[in-house]
Amino acid sequence: MIRYILNRLGQGLLVLFVLFTITFFLVDALPGNPFDKGDKALPAHVMERMKEYYGYDKPLPVRYFVRLKSLATGDLGVSSRLEGREVGEIISQAFPVSFQLGFIAMITALCIGVPLGVIAAWKKNTLMDYSAMTVAMMGICIPSFVIGPVLADYFGRTLKWLPVVDWNFYDPRYWILPALTLGLIYAAYLSRLTRAGMLETLGQDFVRTARAKGVPEKDILIRHCLRGGLIPAAAYIGPAFAGIVSGSLVIESVFAIPGLGTHFVKAIESEDEAVLTSIVLLFGSLVIIANFVSDLLGAWLNPRLRGSH
Amino acid sequence: MRLPSILLTLPLLALASCQKETEVERANREGIFLIGNSAEPKSLDHQLVTGVPESKIIGALFEGLAGDHPSEDSTMLPGAAASWSHNEDLTQWTFKLQPEGKWSDGEPVTAHDFVFAYRRLLTPEFAAPYVDMLYFIENAEQYNKEEISDFSKVGVKALDDLTLFVKLKEPVPFLPALTRHYTWFPVPEHAVLKHGTISDRFTEWCTLENLVGNGPFKLKEWRYHNKIEVERNPHYWDAETVQLNGIRFLPIENPYTEARAFLAGQLHSIYSLPTDLIQWTRENHPEYLRQEPYVGTTFIRINNTRPALSDPRVRKAMSLCIDREEMCKYILEGYTPATSFTPKMGEYQPKPVLGFDPEKARELLAEAGYPNGKGFPRFSMLISKPSARASAEAFQAMWKEHLNILIDIQSMDWGSYNTAQQNLDFDLSSAGWIGDYLDPTTFLNMWTGGNGNNNTGWSNEEYEALLSKAAQQSDAAQRLEILKQAEELLMEEQPILPVSFYSRNYLHRPEVKGWHPLLLDNHPWKLLSLEP
Repeated sequence: MIRYILNRLGQGLLVLFVLFTITFFLVDALPGNPFDKGDKALPAHVMERMKEYYGYDKPLPVRYFVRLKSLATGDLGVSSRLEGREVGEIISQAFPVSFQLGFIAMITALCIGVPLGVIAAWKKNTLMDYSAMTVAMMGICIPSFVIGPVLADYFGRTLKWLPVVDWNFYDPRYWILPALTLGLIYAAYLSRLTRAGMLETLGQDFVRTARAKGVPEKDILIRHCLRGGLIPAAAYIGPAFAGIVSGSLVIESVFAIPGLGTHFVKAIESEDEAVLTSIVLLFGSLVIIANFVSDLLGAWLNPRLRGSH
Repeated sequence: MRLPSILLTLPLLALASCQKETEVERANREGIFLIGNSAEPKSLDHQLVTGVPESKIIGALFEGLAGDHPSEDSTMLPGAAASWSHNEDLTQWTFKLQPEGKWSDGEPVTAHDFVFAYRRLLTPEFAAPYVDMLYFIENAEQYNKEEISDFSKVGVKALDDLTLFVKLKEPVPFLPALTRHYTWFPVPEHAVLKHGTISDRFTEWCTLENLVGNGPFKLKEWRYHNKIEVERNPHYWDAETVQLNGIRFLPIENPYTEARAFLAGQLHSIYSLPTDLIQWTRENHPEYLRQEPYVGTTFIRINNTRPALSDPRVRKAMSLCIDREEMCKYILEGYTPATSFTPKMGEYQPKPVLGFDPEKARELLAEAGYPNGKGFPRFSMLISKPSARASAEAFQAMWKEHLNILIDIQSMDWGSYNTAQQNLDFDLSSAGWIGDYLDPTTFLNMWTGGNGNNNTGWSNEEYEALLSKAAQQSDAAQRLEILKQAEELLMEEQPILPVSFYSRNYLHRPEVKGWHPLLLDNHPWKLLSLEP
């Protein structure tokens, strides 16, 4: 087991190194430089000085190794877009927001998606199944930039019940609309995966045996089938969780939430190499960890997988 | 049964937590002004920024020599300076600072802070992006470009703690108005040097914990991309006048989100209203809609080095086919048709020359060798902002209809768009310009040969001679007369095609008092109040 974990860790580090290298050179390949993004042109001599200040006067390979070295020592660098601000500080402000929002959205998605999937599988090919799957299909098809504004417009502008912008760590009123909007998409996928998993399990011999022995339908569903039926959903949750907590630009833009997604996109637009590579590395680490946890969870849910590593 | 009960609890929790009072209602009680501010500031060090969102916050935290009047663009109120005087030819100015002027940490604001600020901005290694705003000062440009290294030769001196003397390279009748721009604001020498040297671009001095300003408000809270809140500065020299207890700036970038937040009772005022919501707001919430002139012009930038486009007759022909009235009626709602390049400001009103005359346009194009558009090269028009597409399509259609020439539209991200223009690697581009101060030179100087914002490849000796002549003129009326001549020449050549004059379309709550239309949109925060 330890060897397996070390092996995965080594693979993870290699992936991060490649990710960094690709991102670094891609940012450099973008046209222009980080200092020509203002509304007004910089005087030429000022531009030269800025390049010197940020080390852009040095050749690309030199910059690459300087950056690699500072990252290796844990120094994430300084943003060129939000001038003078430490990348570590930017991430430490934005990541908790994205994490909290993603976490609540994932709980919402699980609370809606799993029961819908279970009900749909249990009442297969009935009106309940069709309605649950129609709702799920709508959740997948309607983009969040439509659901979000519609919810915000009704609960915020019309009813004035809930705030439509801003984020507050301690006030649930601020969480409801963004978490619901973000959660609905994931709920839709989860319900379809749960339904498929449950259907497969419900069709197996041990279920027929249980029914023959007179086990109540509720017990069959929850005690005997749910664990096996959740395997596809569990495999999905890991990577999805990494994606959901790393920020969603659309939700952040619709509800003006100060999460990582905004910084990510802004960093691309402004060629803010320090912020961009740092966030890419963070996302990369999250995906690696989430996949690893997801594999462990899969092994726990599915005894047949144990030992195969 | 656990799952259904959770499902039931969630909406109940939502209902139970619903607000009893909107944020605006609470802010009215607390005296906090809530305003949408469009973007996260690049920095709060006003010597490092160039943007409008930054200027709003900086105007609350710092104060220049002259202060803004709440309703008159050309009238100045005392600011950090209590009074000022000048010599006869307007080249030497003396500012007497407020005797009670203090920084937010209680230290006195002195003339030395102003000298330090200008020295810092002009220090070559500091690489201030907006440094040319100080080039009006004698030898400032030379010092910044390292042609001289002795700062004592630069025309700015502290005669004593409370007297600042400024010597200019040419007469600047609008200098007090210019000092309302943040590049002319002071920085606290003691606070800046505590955290670094004069040439350090960024140090800890302008963080939430350390920022020291001389404005009516001081920094209270700063969360990136979320909010900046300022509160009263008890050390401010005119603290009794300040009525608000604080201002909360929300950097909401998405204008639709911002408008929704306003209508949901989360903002008193917004940064800008999307054009497609104007009609709806006019019908449903006329009490909130504001449409006010703003000192800026939208225009088509032309690469004057391209064949065909280098011929003024072609450029004029293209200009004469733009139906500016229709554009402003259907696409640029609230904007007014441009009649020249510089919008009217104060005493300056350029001769209205631009109009719609397709007949004449066809004649000019034929004269230039392209009868009925025959043989005219196929150019493309560069756009960056999605909102520019509708206008670009309208130009495309108008030129096709009246001149029978075809133009493509090419969309680029902001950085590439800028780079393409700077390298003259474009044909036509959709552009805009907002004035920095209320004087026509902020519009006219950019069309000189070496100006970094020109990007047309056009320059004209006669035009530049007129601008220099105006710069040497100390008689205000005559100076404007010469500038008008320069503008007429610019419009005769039309290296750019002005389309419309900007308007600020925004939503604003009626309980905000002391807020009046202003061309530069710099409302003196200290004179605002909330009266529900």
